[in-house]
Amino acid sequence: MEDNTLTQEIKPPDTSKGPVRWLRDNLFSTWYNTILTCLGLVFLFLFFKGFLTWVFTQANWRVIPANLQILMIGPFPIEQVWRIGIVFCTLLTLLGLSAGIWRGIVLQMAIAIVGVCLLLLLIPLDVVKEAENTSATLEFNLNIFYLIFIKRIWLLGGLVLLVGTFFIGRKKDGLKKWIIGGWILSFPWTMIMLHGFGENTISTTNWGGLLLTLLLAAVGIVACFPLGVLLALGRRSQLPAIRWVSTVYIETIRGVPLITILFMGSLLLPIFMPGDFQLDTVIRAMVALTLFSSAYMAENVRGGLQAVPSGQVEAAQAVGLSYSKTMIFIVLPQAIRAVIPAIVGQSIALLKDTSLVFIIGLIELMGIRKSILGNQDWTGLHAEVSIFIAVIYFVFSYSMSIVSQEIEEDLGVGNN
Amino acid sequence: MQQDSANIPFWRDIRILKILFQVLFIIGIILLALFLYTNMLQGLDDQETELSWDFLFSEAGFDIEEGTYSDPSEEENDSDPSDENLKGFWIGIVNTLRESIEFDPSDTNLKAFWIGIVNTLRVSIVGIFCATIIGFLFGIARLSSNWLISRIAAVYVEIFRNTPLLLQILFWYPLILVLPNVRESINFFDSIFINQRGVFLPSAEPAEGFNTWMWYLLSGIILAILVVIGFAVFRYLSRSRELQQTDRPSFVSNLIFSAKWTAAPIILIVPFLAWFLTPDAPLELSRPELQKFNFVGGIDLTPEFTALLIGLTVYTSAFIAEVVRAGIQSVVKGQREAARSVGLKESQVLRLVVIPQAIQVIVPPLTSQYLNLAKNSSLGIFIAFPDLFQIGKIIIGQTGQSVPTFAMIMTCYLIVSLTTSAFMNWYNRRITRFDSSS
Amino acid sequence: MNKKLFRIIALALTVMLVTPLLADKHGHESILDKVKNRGKVVCGVHGGLPGFGFLGEDGKWSGFDADFGRAIAAAVLGDPDKIEFVPLDAAERFTALQTGEIDVLIRNTTWTLSRDAELSTDFAPPTFYDGQGFMVPKSLNIKSIKELAGATIGVTGGSTTELNLADTMRSLGLDFKPLTYADIDTLYNSYDVGRVDAVTSDKSQLVARRKSLKNPDDHVILDATISKEPLGPLTIHGDNKWNDAVSWVVYATFFAEEHKITQKNVKNFKTDNPEIKRFLGESGEMGKKLGLPKDWAKQVIIAVGNYGEIFERNLTPIGLPRGINKPWTQGGLLYSMPFR
Repeated sequence: MEDNTLTQEIKPPDTSKGPVRWLRDNLFSTWYNTILTCLGLVFLFLFFKGFLTWVFTQANWRVIPANLQILMIGPFPIEQVWRIGIVFCTLLTLLGLSAGIWRGIVLQMAIAIVGVCLLLLLIPLDVVKEAENTSATLEFNLNIFYLIFIKRIWLLGGLVLLVGTFFIGRKKDGLKKWIIGGWILSFPWTMIMLHGFGENTISTTNWGGLLLTLLLAAVGIVACFPLGVLLALGRRSQLPAIRWVSTVYIETIRGVPLITILFMGSLLLPIFMPGDFQLDTVIRAMVALTLFSSAYMAENVRGGLQAVPSGQVEAAQAVGLSYSKTMIFIVLPQAIRAVIPAIVGQSIALLKDTSLVFIIGLIELMGIRKSILGNQDWTGLHAEVSIFIAVIYFVFSYSMSIVSQEIEEDLGVGNN
Repeated sequence: MQQDSANIPFWRDIRILKILFQVLFIIGIILLALFLYTNMLQGLDDQETELSWDFLFSEAGFDIEEGTYSDPSEEENDSDPSDENLKGFWIGIVNTLRESIEFDPSDTNLKAFWIGIVNTLRVSIVGIFCATIIGFLFGIARLSSNWLISRIAAVYVEIFRNTPLLLQILFWYPLILVLPNVRESINFFDSIFINQRGVFLPSAEPAEGFNTWMWYLLSGIILAILVVIGFAVFRYLSRSRELQQTDRPSFVSNLIFSAKWTAAPIILIVPFLAWFLTPDAPLELSRPELQKFNFVGGIDLTPEFTALLIGLTVYTSAFIAEVVRAGIQSVVKGQREAARSVGLKESQVLRLVVIPQAIQVIVPPLTSQYLNLAKNSSLGIFIAFPDLFQIGKIIIGQTGQSVPTFAMIMTCYLIVSLTTSAFMNWYNRRITRFDSSS
Repeated sequence: MNKKLFRIIALALTVMLVTPLLADKHGHESILDKVKNRGKVVCGVHGGLPGFGFLGEDGKWSGFDADFGRAIAAAVLGDPDKIEFVPLDAAERFTALQTGEIDVLIRNTTWTLSRDAELSTDFAPPTFYDGQGFMVPKSLNIKSIKELAGATIGVTGGSTTELNLADTMRSLGLDFKPLTYADIDTLYNSYDVGRVDAVTSDKSQLVARRKSLKNPDDHVILDATISKEPLGPLTIHGDNKWNDAVSWVVYATFFAEEHKITQKNVKNFKTDNPEIKRFLGESGEMGKKLGLPKDWAKQVIIAVGNYGEIFERNLTPIGLPRGINKPWTQGGLLYSMPFR
């Protein structure tokens, strides 16, 4: 028997290529794969037939271009849009410089953002709206010109700045410190620009739509970081009182749904705060989101802390570094590097979670949805508006998840 | 050493400082709590509400559709003579159980809250079950050698992972409502009805012989337990004679082994035997009947429950699929190759080598997905699913007691979360231990 | 390190103890003065209610309630655009008023005894007399509430609507199944497809939403009204100066309709009627008494028009009849107090 198998002639592997070969390998390799493929095709056919019929024949997409402005910026005064534009350009400049200097992850992020921007630049939603209003051809052409080049000037400018500064950044390595400073300052700068001061203050109630969604997510993730790190250190502290308080905080917040925390913020906060205490809804939501995500951030960072070998701490202590110095210069950089993918994952989750804040009256994307559906011209078009909003969320969180995967590969996680 | 510590002044002694620091910290926390508490009293005083728990025992005054068990003969319950005959220990227990999930507007707020807890648990447990199965399917499908299948799985995962759950639930709910209306229900054998009011299934009602049957059943279960223990003892003793000290399986593992082989058949067979032994039928079918507005009787799965369940299942399964994929991919390629090279079949490679290793990577993130699912069930408020949170909100609306109600809501979620994570931690420890010993 | 921590803790404690003291300091200034100093009114509105409050396509808040907010801004500051709208959830609208986040709440809020007394709020005269009713499909052939026994009824949570429904059905001894939705749009969609047998809400809302159903003609709104819903602006309890100002802005719109003063003719309105003269600020000191500019009422009418015009602009398009929301001279309930 054994001899027989040994002497059996082995054919050389089939190296032929071509579509038929590919089909056989990837779709019909075995009988059950064939069945699966057929089932998959039937499913796809039914799905697309139903969905596309609805999209092209039944859906009333006019609601989107008509309301595009409020979907993007809510009731933000249109004559003040330059504020958003400047913030946008500042951030892209910083990103371009950092991408040039650090490459790697930052570059991936920059590319993702360029992709999203190009997409926004090319989708002619507002053109459709104008096309409906204007009939004369010349006027129409002029309008298209106006829309594409004037109204998107900020978007275009931002992109140009991003690409331009990328090349500057590649040349100038010495800018590192300045850029880190720039990133730190960009946060208050954004707030000041959007809020304005003195006569021209734009109150937070005028923030809305996608602008507010992104602001909430950004504030949530940036502000929760220091708190999360403190909590993580607290939970691993040797002092039992601090350890217990941190643990209780983390577990309590992680144990309850965000929606209850948001409601607490709006219903209970006024009861628990002194008489005239006043926080506007947007700030309240930001605080609630920060407190909420700091618990998750703490757990992420703790995971990273556990991954840092204890030898590192001992070595640091041996050379006489204090606790705070050990943590800041030795442990945290290693710990955080290890959990960057988890932090990006958390940012995605937070971005999606901002869809809940409309229950406390904020007009981010979901709140705008409610408002559009409350406009007698558009009542009943919930599917169209919801799908459009879902697409916006998808674009942002999918590009973030691609970045996260790239980072994972860079760090060599999940690579065998 | 003694001298050293004596020389250090106490304000520089690290041990004393540590204690001092903690004491100050605790004092700070207590002050903060006191500050909040006095504010709360003041705030409640301003709103002219008094902090009390009495509202829990006052009449709710609102009805809950979900989880109420509708009985067609409820109206004439008191005068129905046939009900009088149905008495006995087990029927009493069934009725108590049933009452505990029935709700009437004249019940207390506490009862309403309890119904909310039951609903949250119901949708979470079923959701976890479904999401696990679908998640595993899609996770494996993503790694399939079939290009089309792995693409479909990838698209499914990416779409549902990257859009907010709230939008998804608001999307599913109207889809379910596209089902035919009550009068045009999809009808299976006059006993199962599907329409936009939900899925109506026949339910088993205790009848004349129920009591006797339950006693048989109980004895069957006791018998099964005795057999299991007996068999385990027998096996333990006989095997301990055969095997070396080190290879001898523990008594517990013997118990599990024998339970696997003996308990299940006994528990399955005894009820049937008992059914034939009982003179009167122990159970009767209650079919849903169409009344003026809706079906009455039987079991009703409302569209709110279904939509929330689908939403939670789909959303969570997309995450679980990723977890499973990462888990399987985390098993080093060499392991599979080694397993194949010692001649294991492909199914054996999966069962004996890949899955035991992957499961250890999978369980911790799986736990957090389960917890997320339970917490996300609170989004039911958007589609009128009366879960814990929805009912809590209604109670606040009716009584104005926001502080105690919120405290109760938070406590319940915390208990659910902490229990789940405790259980999963235990399970995680068990599988890791199992792995290291074998 | 530890010294620093000490300092931080000490600072935190001080802040905590001092905050309430500071908070008490700026207490008893009238909102009217605050508004004048600030140069704008902050007004709470509904985030999406057809005809009453929603964000228009141009990013400006529109609707009946929003127009009354603009009227207040015009009266106090002479410019209807010096206003900021805060969309509010039903559950937190009163909190926003109590904490001073908003100056006035115009968010179709029902005037009830408990709200007036308990929630430390004061009401201005109702701008819209509504009533809670039911909408049912014609095919069910239902004529009265009693026939709704056993029905599934959809309602939005967190408002008096929910409580009224429970009270009514209980007092009639009827069984019913409420479905409480947090999302209005989902509610009407489930009614449209038949998930709920009936939907209950303020009749104005039922009328507005009926228009967006697939076949509006297949649905009827029952005649029965289970509750009175006088909807009006609210101000914080105890600030009489501000409440007076808001109230008289509402009266001004009533008065203008009674005397046929419109947005168009108000600037050149010629009259010998002394009351109208006082109204237009041509004589008397009406403005001064309220702490408002002399021509405040004129500004209101220039900005938003009289009550009838506001109604026709916002509510007629959604199909609402005037009903009892007519001047008393035409048999309605709108009755302006005398301008004297």
